[in-house]
Amino acid sequence: MFPKGTKRKFSDSREEPVAGGEDVNQSNLAAVRMLSSYSLQRQSLLDMSLIKLQLCHMLVEPNLCRSVLIANTVRQIQEEMTQDGTWQIMTQALSAANAAAQGSADRLVATEVLCRQTEAAQGEQVPKPFPVVGSEGCPAEEVAAAEVGMTMSTVSPQAPTSYLPGTFGMDPCWEEETGEDDDDEEDSEECGSGSEGEERERDSLVEDTRTAEQVFGTFEIKNPAPSPDPALEELFSDVDASYYDLDTVLTGMQSVPKMGPYDLLESLSSHGPSPLSSSTSCRSDLNELDHIMEIIVGS
Amino acid sequence: MAGAGGGGNDVQWCFSQVKGAIDDDVAEADIISTVEFNHSGELLATGDKGGRVVIFQQELESKNQPQCRGEYNVYSTFQSHEPEFDYLKSLEIEEKINKIRWLPQKNAAQFLLSTNDKTIKLWKISERDKRPEGYNLKEEDGRYRDPTTVTTLRVPVFQPMDLMVEASPRRVFANAHTYHINSISVNSDCETYLSADDLRINLWNLEITDRSFNIVDIKPVNMEELTEVITAAEFHPNQCNTFVYSSSKGTIRLCDMRASALCDQHSKLFEEPEDPSNRSFFSEIISSISDVKFSHSGRYMMTRDYLSVKIWDLNMESRPVETYQVHEYLRSKLCSLYENDCIFDKFECCWNGNDSVVMTGSYNNFFRMFDRGYRQDVTLEASRESSKPRSVLKPRKVCTGGKRKKDEISVDSLDFNKKILHTAWHPQDNIIAVATTNNLYIFQDKL
Repeated sequence: MFPKGTKRKFSDSREEPVAGGEDVNQSNLAAVRMLSSYSLQRQSLLDMSLIKLQLCHMLVEPNLCRSVLIANTVRQIQEEMTQDGTWQIMTQALSAANAAAQGSADRLVATEVLCRQTEAAQGEQVPKPFPVVGSEGCPAEEVAAAEVGMTMSTVSPQAPTSYLPGTFGMDPCWEEETGEDDDDEEDSEECGSGSEGEERERDSLVEDTRTAEQVFGTFEIKNPAPSPDPALEELFSDVDASYYDLDTVLTGMQSVPKMGPYDLLESLSSHGPSPLSSSTSCRSDLNELDHIMEIIVGS
Repeated sequence: MAGAGGGGNDVQWCFSQVKGAIDDDVAEADIISTVEFNHSGELLATGDKGGRVVIFQQELESKNQPQCRGEYNVYSTFQSHEPEFDYLKSLEIEEKINKIRWLPQKNAAQFLLSTNDKTIKLWKISERDKRPEGYNLKEEDGRYRDPTTVTTLRVPVFQPMDLMVEASPRRVFANAHTYHINSISVNSDCETYLSADDLRINLWNLEITDRSFNIVDIKPVNMEELTEVITAAEFHPNQCNTFVYSSSKGTIRLCDMRASALCDQHSKLFEEPEDPSNRSFFSEIISSISDVKFSHSGRYMMTRDYLSVKIWDLNMESRPVETYQVHEYLRSKLCSLYENDCIFDKFECCWNGNDSVVMTGSYNNFFRMFDRGYRQDVTLEASRESSKPRSVLKPRKVCTGGKRKKDEISVDSLDFNKKILHTAWHPQDNIIAVATTNNLYIFQDKL
C-alpha cells in the first residue's frame, strides 16, 4: 500500500519511516479513516440538525418537541466536538475567516451565502449554535412567542451565546412569495419589510452589530478564507463520495412536501455549489436591503 | 378473549370494513388524526386533520347471523374545530383533532371530549326519533298560522320520525394552553379531566370552562434551559388521584394529586437505564415516549417509543417488565429517518380488553400485535389488497438482511409515507380499528 519512507498524514510526522511493517501503517490509516469518516458523519448530522432548526413552518407554530429534540442533538454533537478538540479547530478557522470580513458589504454577501446554504458541503466551517425558535431579535415579536423560543447555550466560551433571528429577517429568501403586505402570512420569525418591518429591522440590526459578524461569519464560506488551517485541510482531505451516503436512502421514501429543507439537503450532498432557484429573488431583495442599510447607516 | 394470532395461538384476524376514500390522492383534511372506541365499544370515533369528527355505530347483530358481528356504519359527522388565527403571535391554529376521549355513558346521550392544539370541546351526541306534531299555532312546515283561522284546539302528539343524530357543543374549554395540547384524559371520577401540552398539565372540571388548575408545570424560568417536554399524560383508570405523564427523554412520572396542589414532584419516576452499546446521537430522540396507556386493570402501563413498546409494572420504577421490539430493523436507518423527519413520528399503542395483547403501528401500513401471555407477536398489514370481506390477514415479515424469502419485504422497500400512527381495540371483543393515512380499517377475529 504505502512504501516505507512515505510521510504519512496523521501519524508521526518525523522523517524516518515507521518500523514495524505495513500492517501497522495500514491499521493506523484504517483507524484514521474511520475516525475522519465518523467526524464527517457527525459534521453532516450537525449541519442537517441546524437546517432543521432554521427551517420552521411558516404559518403554524413549530412542533416544540421536535425542536427540543433536534436542539439537544446539536448540543450533544457540540459537546463531543469540544471534547475531542474539533470544535476549537472549527472556531479558529471561523475567526480567521471573520477577521477578513469587514463592513456591511460582507454582511450582505453573507446573506446571499445564507440563501445558498452550500457552504456546509465543504465541511470546513460549522455554524454557530443558535436558537430553536428564537425571537429576541425582533422586538415586534410577542412575549408568548419568546416563550416558545429558546436559545442554545454553547459549550465553547468563544462562541456567541445567542443568535439573533433578526438576522433571518435580513435574509430575504425566507420571506419567499408570501408577500410582505400580508401580515397574516408573515413568518413569525421574519422581520418583514413592511411599514413595521423597517423599525424592526433597525432594532434588530442595532442588536446585531455585536454578534452578527460572528454569526454571519459562520456562513461566509463562499468568501475565500485567507489561509485555511492546515490541520483542518488535512482532516478533511480524505473526503470521498461515501461520506455523503449517510446510510442507504430507502427507495420507498418519497420526498416530503416541504421543498425547502430537502432542496438544501440535496445541495449539501453534492460536492459543487448548486444555487437555489430563489437566488435571483434574493438579489433583488438584496438591493432593497442595501437601500435600507444606507438609510440606517446614514451613508 | 384470545390473543394476538399467528403461530400457535388460535386468533385469526379478518378484514371487516374499510372507511374513507378509495383514491390514492389523499386530501390533507381527510388525514385521520385520532381513533377511539367508546366504553361499550358500540361507537367508534375518528378525528381528522380538517377538524371533523366522524362517529360510527355498530349495528346490532342480526338474529339471522349470530356468528357475525355487527358492522360499523356512520352514525354522526360534525365539524368539531375550525381553523383559528392567533393574532398575538401571527400564527395559525390548526383545526386538526389531536385526541378524542369518550365520557362514560350516564344517560341516553353520549358525550365526548375532542381537542385541537389549543381548545377542548365537550360534545353531546343525542338521538331524536320522534317529534311533536299538531301544533295549534304553527303549520307542519313551521310557518305561523294566522291566529284568526284557528277554530279548534288540540294537544300536540309525538310522532315517530327518521332517526336523527345531533351533535351539539356543550362546553368549550379554551385559553388555558400556551403550547400544543397533546393529551386529554377523563378521570375515573367522571367529574374532572386533564389536558396536557408540551410544558404544562391542567385539571378541569367538566362543568366549569372558565377555570382550570395547573397541576404540572415543567417550563423552565429561562427558556434557554429547556431540554425536555411532556409528550403524553393519562389518568389512572381506577384511582382518581393518580396520573402519569411521559417526556421526550424517555421518562414517565407518576403523580399523586393528594400530595400537593402542584404535582411537579413526582411520586414515582419510571426510567430504564440506557444501553451503552446502543448509544448514538439518536439515542435521546428514539427514547422519546410518544404514547402512554394504563392497562384496564390499572396495574400496568405501556409506553411507546420510536422502536419499541414497553410494559411497566407500577410497582417497579427501575425498568420495564416487558419490552417488545416493533421494528428493530430501523435502528441502522436512523440517520435517514432523521433526515426525512420520520424519526419524530408519534406512534400510539393500545391494550386489548383483558390486557393480554398490545398493539401498535409501524410503517408500510404494517401494525404489530404482541401477545404477552404466549410471547408471540405478529405483523399484519392494512391494505386494499387484503380487503376482501372476511378474508384472513396473512402475517407479514420484514427481511432484515441476507436472502429475502418469498413474501418477505425488504427494509429498503418499505414505504415510510404509509404509517399507522393510530390504532384502537374494542373494550370487550376482538375488533380493532386501524387508521392508515386517510382510511379506517376495521378487523375482527374469525368467529
